[in-house]
Amino acid sequence: MVSEPAHSLITVERLTRHYRMGPQIVHALDDVSVTVRPGEFVAVMGPSGSGKSTFMNLLGCLDRPDSGRYWLDGQEVAGLSSDALAAVRNRSIGFVFQSFNLLPRQSALDNVMLPMVYAGVSHAQRIERALAALDAVGLLERAGHRPTQLSGGQQQRVAIARALVNDPLLLLADEPTGALDTATSLEIIGLFQRLNRRGITIVLVTHEPEVARFASRVLHFRDGRLIDDLSQDAEVAA
Amino acid sequence: MTAWDALRAALDSLRANPLRSALTMLGIVIGVAAVIAMVAVGAGAREQVLRQIASLGTNLIMVGQGSIVRGGVKLGAGTASSLTEDDALAVLSEIPGVVVTAPSVRWGLQIVAGNQNWGTVLFGITPDYMDARDWSIAAGHGLSDVDVAQANKVVVLGQTVVRNLFGGGDPIGEPVRVFSTPLTVVGVLAEKGQNTQGQDQDDVIFVPLSTAKRNIPGMAKSNPRFIHTMVVKMRDGADMADAQAQIRDLLRQRHRLIPGQDDDFWMRDLSEVSATRDASSRALSFLLAAVAAVSLLVGGIGIMNIMLVSVTERTREIGLRLAIGARRRDILVQFLIESTTLSLIGAAVGVALGIGTAMGVAELAGWPTLIQIDSVVLAVVVSGLIGVFFGLYPARRAARLNPIEALRHE
Repeated sequence: MVSEPAHSLITVERLTRHYRMGPQIVHALDDVSVTVRPGEFVAVMGPSGSGKSTFMNLLGCLDRPDSGRYWLDGQEVAGLSSDALAAVRNRSIGFVFQSFNLLPRQSALDNVMLPMVYAGVSHAQRIERALAALDAVGLLERAGHRPTQLSGGQQQRVAIARALVNDPLLLLADEPTGALDTATSLEIIGLFQRLNRRGITIVLVTHEPEVARFASRVLHFRDGRLIDDLSQDAEVAA
Repeated sequence: MTAWDALRAALDSLRANPLRSALTMLGIVIGVAAVIAMVAVGAGAREQVLRQIASLGTNLIMVGQGSIVRGGVKLGAGTASSLTEDDALAVLSEIPGVVVTAPSVRWGLQIVAGNQNWGTVLFGITPDYMDARDWSIAAGHGLSDVDVAQANKVVVLGQTVVRNLFGGGDPIGEPVRVFSTPLTVVGVLAEKGQNTQGQDQDDVIFVPLSTAKRNIPGMAKSNPRFIHTMVVKMRDGADMADAQAQIRDLLRQRHRLIPGQDDDFWMRDLSEVSATRDASSRALSFLLAAVAAVSLLVGGIGIMNIMLVSVTERTREIGLRLAIGARRRDILVQFLIESTTLSLIGAAVGVALGIGTAMGVAELAGWPTLIQIDSVVLAVVVSGLIGVFFGLYPARRAARLNPIEALRHE
């Protein structure tokens, strides 16, 4: 067994995940090994069914591999209990979804405070940190608005603030611009780039090459395998 | 997630669908209100019965003349003129624990005052009777031992008799005529109201025992010492069954009854009446509890139903919460608190409605109601338990969702 290399944030080794669909076994992820260093901005690409979503779910500790190993920031997470995985998701990972997944009846501020509810943060600190996170995404003045009173781009920025509020090591974004128009997509990508320059590691799933070109590295998946791993000069969005 | 966070989330979610939440609570509201109102009505009724029984006296034994048997024909209670004032004296002196024995005779008759007359019941008594039956005097004074010894022509009237003969006037010192003998009214009895059988206890007049025997034609023809009944008052806490057995033995011996021969007197213990009343009100309480349990059960099923709908509707929210770090336990607790909040708010509304109903019944129907704190506490606790019990299955379903599938849920 290879030990976990130093100075990496993510190391996965021979990660495999398969599902049984009737009599067939589907290899959603087949023997994938990859290392991501702190501060990288990685785009994960591939057609649907390529295994990129399965890969993201495993990175996000929402799913467990059938075999293989996964170290996040030096900690082997594959064997952790369900509660310990919840704690990892809470403290070390921020999720951004295609459909934002904001609670519709809660204000932007309440939505951003939600991860801190599960982190045992005091109420006063929750407000302070949530306001800081909203400020970081440029939505401080909309803190009291509900999601329905915000545009799609603004909703996604609230979701990003929510992902950032517990100071995670890793931001996992699953098609974050999939529901947005081109101009707004650029805005959001620009925000990701600014956050990345401030040090946060980003792994972003997309099927759009126009989005992937803003990343510093692109992983290509097909049929559950990692087929290409390219570093590139990222285009600057804004 | 703290309990406060969970409570806030629960209230937010209940506010999202106010009508649905209200309808879901309705079962609990009705169940709790029914428990409280019915228990209050039941307790009020029992309290009233107990008061009536207490007014009869629970440590009393009534002994009356029995029937004589002539050739196999029982002629009915009171036909044997076997009971005497001497029996009463013997019971008092020979049975331990007897405080008072009060011999009496009774007679139905017309009483006349001026141009008014009224049919009532006359009791010939000794002063002990007043004590044994808890009678008190509202005006004037009662009968004395001297009145009994000298067969004075005095009478004490019950309230109903006063109302019918004198209207609003003061009867003290007025003459009335009974069995064609003029008597002077010396006192008026305090009101007692109806007894447990609904009879008017105030429709009576009391005269000295000796006066009754001397003036009622034919009453004491065979035996001047005879009486119709005696009231035996035992000291508090006395064993009533034991006392009855001793009195029976004594009277059989005094009446020279041979073994196998029927008693020539009857005996009744008023605590038997109260025990019967108590048992029937307990049966009523069980019935009410069963009705309440059914409505609370139905309410609980309603809660479970709506919580299952809520879990399905909020699948994505649950997925999100799991993704951002909620443990399965956090989700479980959140939904349990939500269902319990629902049932407890229902219980609170039900308590208010139940108390309101009980007071309304007291006000409008004139029934006595007595709100029992135990029933309020019990109803609220049971509602809380129902919220937990019927919320458990939906909450477990929520907590067991796969976050990936939950996030993809449409």
